[in-house]
Amino acid sequence: MAMIEVTHLTRIFDVSKPWLNRVLERLPKALLTAVSDVSFKVEERTVYALVGESGSGKSTIGKMAVGLLSPSEGSVTINGIDLTRETDAAKMDKARSDIQMIFQDPYASLNPRWKVRDIINEPVTARGGSGVGLAEKLLEQVGLSALDADKFPHEFSGGQRQRICIARALASEPKLIVCDEPTSALDVSVQAQVLNLMTNLQEDLGLTYLFISHDLTVVQHISDKIGVLYLGRLVEEGTPDQLFDDPKHPYTQMLLAAAPKMDGFGREIDPPQGEIPDPINPPTGCAFHPRCPLATRQCSAERPVMRELRGARVACHEAT
Amino acid sequence: MSDPVLSIRDLTVEIPTRGGLLRPVDQVSYDIAKGEILGVVGESGAGKSMAGNAVIGLLNRPAKITGGEIWLNGTRIDKLQGENMRRLRGKDIGMVFQDPLTSLNPLLTIGDQLTETMLQHLSITQTEARKRAIAALEEVGIPAASERLDSYPHEFSGGMRQRVVIALALCAEPSLIIADEPTTALDVSVQAQIIALLKRLCRDRGTAVMLITHDMGVIAETADRVAVMYAGRLAELGPVREVITAPEHPYTDGLMGSTPLASKGLKRLRQIPGSMPRLTAMPTGCAFHPRCPKAQDICRHDPRPRRDGGRAACHFPITHSAEETA
Repeated sequence: MAMIEVTHLTRIFDVSKPWLNRVLERLPKALLTAVSDVSFKVEERTVYALVGESGSGKSTIGKMAVGLLSPSEGSVTINGIDLTRETDAAKMDKARSDIQMIFQDPYASLNPRWKVRDIINEPVTARGGSGVGLAEKLLEQVGLSALDADKFPHEFSGGQRQRICIARALASEPKLIVCDEPTSALDVSVQAQVLNLMTNLQEDLGLTYLFISHDLTVVQHISDKIGVLYLGRLVEEGTPDQLFDDPKHPYTQMLLAAAPKMDGFGREIDPPQGEIPDPINPPTGCAFHPRCPLATRQCSAERPVMRELRGARVACHEAT
Repeated sequence: MSDPVLSIRDLTVEIPTRGGLLRPVDQVSYDIAKGEILGVVGESGAGKSMAGNAVIGLLNRPAKITGGEIWLNGTRIDKLQGENMRRLRGKDIGMVFQDPLTSLNPLLTIGDQLTETMLQHLSITQTEARKRAIAALEEVGIPAASERLDSYPHEFSGGMRQRVVIALALCAEPSLIIADEPTTALDVSVQAQIIALLKRLCRDRGTAVMLITHDMGVIAETADRVAVMYAGRLAELGPVREVITAPEHPYTDGLMGSTPLASKGLKRLRQIPGSMPRLTAMPTGCAFHPRCPKAQDICRHDPRPRRDGGRAACHFPITHSAEETA
């Protein structure tokens, strides 16, 4: 059984002006579709990465996966338990304790007034458990010292803080960790340390990661499967090899071509044209068609469905 | 080679604190020639932005230049004060910062900001300035430039805003641009657009560029030479291809190795043990020696400076065979 299964997930935000302004200025309601009909599965003990540029809906999916946001349509199923429709409180409780999250900014996600021990123990003590010795054990597991438990977050560097966030995420012995850009705020050498730690923990503890990132190189390194998002839609999904050696969707091809390369000395590229469209008024049909070199009339009329292509999945009319 | 546009010699910046004297920039020297792009890389706290700010006289007190010289087009500028420095900024040195929203005035239209800069530094009329502002916006690729001139910064997207900032930096025709993490806040596809733009404009005008960034990929594709900084000091300086493919300083080697691109196919990334020392607890000798795999006794007390002609500031630089560098 899949660890996490997302089916036809859609999230619409109401970004209208206040009621009175709408009446006086005769404005229609403005609805922003952050995530639109996204379906994917994450197998147990694997790393599934969601990549996309800002506004592609990757963080919104992550928040729905942990239950911080509720979907407008569709469902998120964790270990067979539907997070939005399950009514049995005991089952819900079990599903929730299996999920943890790591956020991007290790400076904003630790309470500056709490000692590290209390921060790490909270997921357990909040459920009435006993946290004696837990923080010390976890700190050593993430490469810090047990003595650090009595310190406050400001005494640590960015990389060390991210280690504390990881320790906190591990406290309730989760099966699934949703990592939202966990290394984006870190320097390369620190990023390498944190990524290696995450790989070690995943192997030792049998964890499943839903890894959200905009950094293609990080995603290529860490994931077993990658989903590429564009304007809230999943456009392509495949293993790192499938995706990087044989990108099928024109958007994926554009992203890979635009990404800076370490061996691209003096490379002159034709930079991609245009920018991500406004999600309040997305293009008709395929959302990528205004920027797509392959676009035909069909692309502007009809939204492509996900289909199998050489072992990977792609949502494009023209991809061959 | 002709005279460099910018020449920094043994630049030292110090911050007096209660805990002692901190030295975020320590005897850094480099030149940038006309039309050249010098990449300055390093991790946070390496002093790369601090050195850039010292050049344009934007150090916040109590940080100040305590040693060395900065020369711009043959004039010494590190001792300039107040009005003289202000005239230099914008006229001779253009700046592009990381966050385009905070480097534009939200209360003025971009047309006002462009014309203001030009009227300040060039002797032209208001009408002429407006005409040039439209041309500048067209040049950086803003569609319908004459209409967008009266738009406010918030009406632009992030990538478009950064284009406006570049237009602003170039409008007084400076001889040097300091670009401090110009694409860090942008998406990959927009980043490619901005880098291509910066490259094209500076090549066409022969503007020298100091490109400060932590992104090795951007440096590899954009810079002609690269300066690697570590703990306020220059660890290595050389042509970009050589520094990246055959690093001589063990820190450069570790830094390149820890990028996911370099460890392709490995289950674990290569990592440098430990972390960068704090300014308050700088090791003696070579600042990198506690983390260095090649460190020996001499490294602990003698910080070997970079010699002219050499690349790395290291007693035991890594040697590479000819085919590795090719």
